Amino acid sequence: MPTLKIPTPLRPYADGQSVVTVQGGTVAEALRDLVAQYPALEKHLFSEEGELRPFVNLFLGQEDVRHLQGEETPLNEDDVLRIIPSIAGG
Amino acid sequence: MTAKVAVISPPPGIATPSLSEVDGMALIQAVGRTPLLPLRRVTRHLSPAVQVYAKAEWFNPGGSVKDRPAFNIIRTALYEGRLLPGMRLLDSTSGNMGIAYATFGAALDIQVTLVMPENVSPERVAILRALGAELIFTDPLEGSDGALRMARQMAADHPERYFYANQYDNPANWQAHYRTTGPEIVEQTQGAVTHFVAGLGTSGTLTGVGRYLRRYNPAVQLIAVQPDAPFHGLEGLKHMPTAIRPAIFDPTLPDRTVEVETEAAHEMVRRLAREEGYFVGISSGAAAVAALRVAEGLETGVVVTVFPDAGYKYLSDEALWK
Repeated sequence: MPTLKIPTPLRPYADGQSVVTVQGGTVAEALRDLVAQYPALEKHLFSEEGELRPFVNLFLGQEDVRHLQGEETPLNEDDVLRIIPSIAGG
Repeated sequence: MTAKVAVISPPPGIATPSLSEVDGMALIQAVGRTPLLPLRRVTRHLSPAVQVYAKAEWFNPGGSVKDRPAFNIIRTALYEGRLLPGMRLLDSTSGNMGIAYATFGAALDIQVTLVMPENVSPERVAILRALGAELIFTDPLEGSDGALRMARQMAADHPERYFYANQYDNPANWQAHYRTTGPEIVEQTQGAVTHFVAGLGTSGTLTGVGRYLRRYNPAVQLIAVQPDAPFHGLEGLKHMPTAIRPAIFDPTLPDRTVEVETEAAHEMVRRLAREEGYFVGISSGAAAVAALRVAEGLETGVVVTVFPDAGYKYLSDEALWK
């Protein structure tokens, strides 16, 4: 199953986990499974309309999924998807 | 045939620059005294007796508000003998402070090493490489705090090699704003400023300007701006409750804190560009959102905020400009 890497600011909403195994054949399915496992993450990742918030940066390897097929980017069993935070302060 | 070049003396009253004005100091003398720009169209719903202004900090030679603390940190360290010949200036940065250090480092022949999360925008990396800075990247999952921890470790391991500028804890950061930004705001508003609104990154702007304004007029209201959640898209701003708190941050200073949603700041960035002609970065959008929220609660007042940088370094953020 693919794995999702969780950045430090989101870990409190994922029971402190830095790596979560998810089910799903696409980025969208993986994220849906992530928020099903950790519902407190949902409002941080998705708008009230259920859309992925525009500043959520998702990287498959070194590639921003926006430059692949976006949320429809396929995921293989051994893929690692990283949620990258924006760069804060200073 | 060689053309004869006439030597034209400057007219009376125009000074001939001395050598000290044409070396690195000339660049440094261009820091500060930025324009105070009015917000005219995004403020149309406000009481007519309320004015909102922003310091246009992208007019600094390094392109951001960070020129002020960077220069003061370097100047103070040179004066105190902590930045010695042969030492490198080291700090962690989200970009703008690094660009300021690299700019003045080049001008003053000081080598600069910067620690940043690997996902720093390509525009920033390109600018820093153009200026000759050494770049060290940290795990993007650890964010700015990861870069900060790495810089601390490098400074502790090699104190002879590095002057650790430590923008988050160095009082020369906020003192730059106490010396320059605060007095400029008082002068440019002719003393009429009633509210000062600033985003929290290192907190240097709010702390320095705030302390100056409080001394000038204890009734001035100070408003801090921070992201509404630990995971946000407000580059350059910190969510203080969940980040490593800068030592220079004084939580007792602001009268209130306005929390801004990333989407609201993005929308304001587009409005400032398209309705005011102010092409600014994301933290400026957040500052404007907060300044307008403050202004909406007033019958009369002069609200001043700071626009830290221009929009050029955010052009690769495609979602921002939609």
